[in-house]
Amino acid sequence: MSLIEITEVRKSFGSTEVLKGINLDVQPGEVIAIIGKSGSGKSTLLRCINGLEMISGGSISVAGAQLLDDQLHLKTLRLKVGMIFQQFNLFPHLTVGGNVILSQTVVKKTAKPAAEAMARRMLDRVGLGHKFDAYPDELSGGQQQRVAIARALAMEPIALLCDEITSALDPELVAEVLAVVRELAAEGMTLLMVTHEMKFARDVCSRVVFMHQGRVHEIGPPDAVFSNPQTPELKQFLGVH
Amino acid sequence: MTEFTLWDILRNLLLATRWTIVLSLVSFVGGGLVGLLLLFLRISAHKAVRIFARCYIELFQGTPLLMQLFIAFFGLGLLGVDVPAWLAAGLALILWTAAFLAEIWRGCVEAIAKGQWEASASLGMGRLQQMRYVILPQAMKIAVPPTVGFSVQVVKGTALTSIIGFVELSKAGTVVTNATFQPFTVYGLVALIYFALCWPLSRSSQMLERKLNVAHRNH
Ligand SMILES: Nc1ncnc2c1ncn2[C@@H]1O[C@H](COP(=O)(O)OP(=O)(O)O)[C@@H](O)[C@H]1O
Ligand SMILES: [Mg+2]
Repeated sequence: MSLIEITEVRKSFGSTEVLKGINLDVQPGEVIAIIGKSGSGKSTLLRCINGLEMISGGSISVAGAQLLDDQLHLKTLRLKVGMIFQQFNLFPHLTVGGNVILSQTVVKKTAKPAAEAMARRMLDRVGLGHKFDAYPDELSGGQQQRVAIARALAMEPIALLCDEITSALDPELVAEVLAVVRELAAEGMTLLMVTHEMKFARDVCSRVVFMHQGRVHEIGPPDAVFSNPQTPELKQFLGVH
Repeated sequence: MTEFTLWDILRNLLLATRWTIVLSLVSFVGGGLVGLLLLFLRISAHKAVRIFARCYIELFQGTPLLMQLFIAFFGLGLLGVDVPAWLAAGLALILWTAAFLAEIWRGCVEAIAKGQWEASASLGMGRLQQMRYVILPQAMKIAVPPTVGFSVQVVKGTALTSIIGFVELSKAGTVVTNATFQPFTVYGLVALIYFALCWPLSRSSQMLERKLNVAHRNH
């Protein structure tokens, strides 16, 4: 059975339809890269998967948890999928450790010592155990994004959504974040990532989704999508003729 | 005829100043609590609740405080409820303060980046948890200068309660004037006392704001 089932998903903002019937099934442990032009609906699709946007039609479920518009269903769903944002979105008033601890204690009601131990483990995992007491604004962009990953991992999700998580970073900081993602992929985490890092997508991903005007325009293993694009739109996007 | 020394006048005014201070504190603290409740209603997920809070705020912001005092004092009196002046004064000022503070604070909550809501939501937090642990701690920081600044308006607002007979600084000024026939001296002192109460508040509001801006630049 698929871990993530996206069936005929439609999403409109007002009268503009941004997603026009998306179908995508993701198996456990798959790493999916979503590519496409700006405005093609990539972010909207990710945001629908954890209910940051409500869908106008179709259905989404993650490990049996349906996307429905009520607090209880949303919480169940969000405990299964974590999300990492382009702008990190760390909580600036909390330390790095506090960032990773907060949702464990508040949402999962984990006891403080256990939450702290988990936070230290996750921060070690992204190589930032020594920054436990630092504040986000004392860290580089790459370090902040790694904290954001640790914060999501501490909730023990079964899948992670990553929306252009290296796009706001200085070029020299991209590698450290991608290294962490690569490791997660190797450990079997299910990942859906919107990315412009084509080389990374080719190396790490099991499938690549090319979105165009709110539809899945092409989909396949990276070799096929990158080396043998079928549609003129994908060819143009990749710059091959 | 008795002679009044300057000290006599000042002493009487200072005694009444206590009531200005008490009424200001009560209005500010009470208004803060009601204002916080109103803030939550104002940004509630339910549209009807939001609209209710908005109407409340616009009603209290859009009518003179004096009318609100009259209504609290005479209006409730007409309904057969005997309202003492201090109660009407406190009640009206609390409700009035709440409306303004709620609106000031709403601005501060909305100044918090949308990403903070999204990140906390995607970690599974409910709306109240987001407010309590993520949004309010950040909003409160930027809310301090305008909140302290507004406290000046509250202090000055208490002067109006003299009209319904609550004896605070302004009312005492009138009483003392009637006894001494020295309006210029008396009201001059009254003004100085108000200034002594308000100036430190507005100064600290400005200083807090400057400090906050510096902190922002360092981020
Ligand atoms: N909250 C919103 N309200 C209205 N339109 C939106 C909103 N979010 C996204 N859109 C529109 O939806 C389209 C797809 O956006 P998005 O999913 O962000 O694309 P991508 O991530 O592929 O660049 C764009 O045309 C964008 O303007
Ligand atoms: Mg996007």
